[in-house]
Amino acid sequence: MTESILYLAHTDESGTALPKAVFETLGGALELAKQLGAPLDIGLIGENVQFAADLLANAGARRVLGVAGADFAKPRFASDAAAAEAVCRATSPSLILAPGTSRFSRALPSLAQRLHGQVDTHITSVEAQEGKISATRWFYRQRLEGVLERDVRPWILLLDSGCHEPWSGAPGCGQWGKVAVALPPEAMRTTVMGIRAPKTDAQTIRPDSGLLFVAGAGWTKKQPDGKAHPEKAESLILDFLHASGASLGGSKSLVDQSGENQAVLGFMTHMNQVGQTGYTPRHPKGLSTCCHGEEPHVVGWRFINERRAINLDPNCGWARGKADVLYVADAFQVMEKVNTLLATSVAASK
Amino acid sequence: MSTGYQIVVCGSIVPDPLQTLEPIETPAGPGLKNEMLLPAVLDPWAGHALYEAANIASRVPGSKVWLVSLGAKAKLQQVMMTIAQKVSFELLAIDGPASGFVDAHVVAAILAEAIGVIPDLDRSRLLLFGGWESASRGAGVTLQLIGEHLGILDQFQGVDQVNVQADGSLEILERIEGGRHQVSTCLGPPALLGWATGSLPEPRNNPQIGMVNMRTIMPALQRAKAAVLVQDGLRYRSVSPPKQQRQTRIVKDLSAEEVAREIVEWIAQK
Repeated sequence: MTESILYLAHTDESGTALPKAVFETLGGALELAKQLGAPLDIGLIGENVQFAADLLANAGARRVLGVAGADFAKPRFASDAAAAEAVCRATSPSLILAPGTSRFSRALPSLAQRLHGQVDTHITSVEAQEGKISATRWFYRQRLEGVLERDVRPWILLLDSGCHEPWSGAPGCGQWGKVAVALPPEAMRTTVMGIRAPKTDAQTIRPDSGLLFVAGAGWTKKQPDGKAHPEKAESLILDFLHASGASLGGSKSLVDQSGENQAVLGFMTHMNQVGQTGYTPRHPKGLSTCCHGEEPHVVGWRFINERRAINLDPNCGWARGKADVLYVADAFQVMEKVNTLLATSVAASK
Repeated sequence: MSTGYQIVVCGSIVPDPLQTLEPIETPAGPGLKNEMLLPAVLDPWAGHALYEAANIASRVPGSKVWLVSLGAKAKLQQVMMTIAQKVSFELLAIDGPASGFVDAHVVAAILAEAIGVIPDLDRSRLLLFGGWESASRGAGVTLQLIGEHLGILDQFQGVDQVNVQADGSLEILERIEGGRHQVSTCLGPPALLGWATGSLPEPRNNPQIGMVNMRTIMPALQRAKAAVLVQDGLRYRSVSPPKQQRQTRIVKDLSAEEVAREIVEWIAQK
C-alpha cells in the first residue's frame, strides 16, 4: 500500500506559538515518512497560522495547508473537527498523525467516523517495517503494552508527548494554502470563555518540571506522638515544591480525603492525582513519600525514569523492584532536612 | 427547563485496579488470563459520570438517567449489585466482551445503535455522558465516536464541573494541560460530556435506592442482547506487561539528615 501522511498541528492558547508537543510528534511523523518513503503534508489550525508555517518551513513537507480565522482561535470540538476534516479532505492522506493535546484529543477521534477511517490515541511509538506500520500504546492504564496494526485507512494516530525527540529546524518563509471552512450556526453553540488556573505561586502541577513529588495518604496519618499533623505536612510539602520547582502528584486515597473535606492537604485536588485512576505524567525523576508503592500507584510512575521513595515500611511495594532507591525513614523528618538543605543552597547561590 | 434532561451514561466494567493482569492469546485476539474470574468494578471515570448525571437529574425536575453498558452479563449483574445502591438509573445492558482489546469503533457503533432506539428518547434534551477514558482501552475514543454517530456537535472531554445556568445554558470546565481548566458555555443539550473525576464524592450505598433500581435492572439484564464484535482490520502484534524490573537499593541505616543530603544531591544531578 502506498501511504501518504498528513501531520496536523494547532497553535497554542496564546495564538502566537506552537505547543511543545507539536515539535515532538512532528519528529515522529517525519521519521515515519522517511521509513515509508511517503510524502508528508502539514495541516495547521489556528486564528493565524503564518507564524506556524514559518516555524515549520524547513521541515521538508510536500505542502502546507491551513485553516485560519477567529472561529478557529480557541479549542472547540465543532470548529476543530470541521477544520481538521477540511484539511483531510483536501489532502486525502492514508495516515493522519497529530499530537495528543487536549485540543486534538477532544476533536480528532470523531474524524475517524467522518472519514470512514479508524483512530488510535496515546501512541508512544509508530514505525514501519517492510512497509507494515505498527503503533505501540498502553492498555489497562499502563499495565499492559500492545503493538497493533490496522488495515483501514485513513488511520488517525494521536501521539503522546514526551515520546519522541522534537524536530528542530530553522524557521523560514512559510508558504501555505488556505482551506476555507464555513461553520454552520449549530457548530457555534459553544463559546470558549477562557482558562481557569490557580495563581502562579499556587500552581502545583508543573508538566515541564524535572521532578515529580508524590505525596501519599501517610502524610495525614497519626505520627509517633499519636496525632496527625496535616498543617505541618502541608507546610513541608509546599516548601519543598517552592524550593525544588517539583510538580506535585497525589495518591488517590489522599486526594479523595481532600475531596471529602477532611482536614487534610488543602492544595491537593483530583487534578494532582497520579496512578491508575489519575494521570501518568512524564518527568525525568520522581520522589514518592508516604505512599505504599502498590500497583495502582505505580501505574502513575510508568513514565518516570529515576524513582526514589521514602517509606517507613521496608517491605512496601517500592522495595519490590518498583523504585531505584527506597529510603526506610520518616518522611516528615527527611523532608524537613531536605528543605533546610535546599534553602541553604538557594541562599548560598544568591 | 420544564421537561428536564435525558442523560445517557455510557460505562462498562473493568478488572479491579488491585488485580495483576496477565495477557493471553485467545481465538478472538488478546485477552486477560482468567478474565471472567477477576473481580470487576464499574469503570472509575464512567462511575463519576454516573454520579454527576444523577446529581444533575436530582436538581432538574423531569430528568432521567440511563446507564448503557456493554459487558459480560454475569459480570454486569455482579457489579450492578453495588452500583444500583448508589444512585437512581435505568440500565440498558448489552451482552458482550468489555475487554480493552476490543476495537472502540465496533463498540461505539453498537452503543450508538442501542442509544438510538431507547424508547421516547428526545435528542433535543439529550446529555450523553461517559468517562473521558476507560480503565481498559484508555483511548478516549468511544464516546466521541458515539457522539458522531448521534450527530452531537457540542463535545467536551476531561470534564470536572458543569453548572446549569439560569438561561438553561451549561457552563463546563474541562481539564487541559498544566493542571488548568478550559471554561466554555454551551447553549444546552444535545451535548456530550466525557467526565474526569468531577467534583462529587462517591455516593454512599442506599439499600432503598438499590431495591428500586434492581426491579428494572434484573429484567434489563435478562433482555440484554448478545453483541457480535468483529475486529475490523485490527491486529495485535504483541501484548505484554512492562518488562522493566528495577534492582531496588534499600537504605535502612541512614539518619534523616544523611537521607536528605543524598536526595538533595540526586535532585541536583542533571
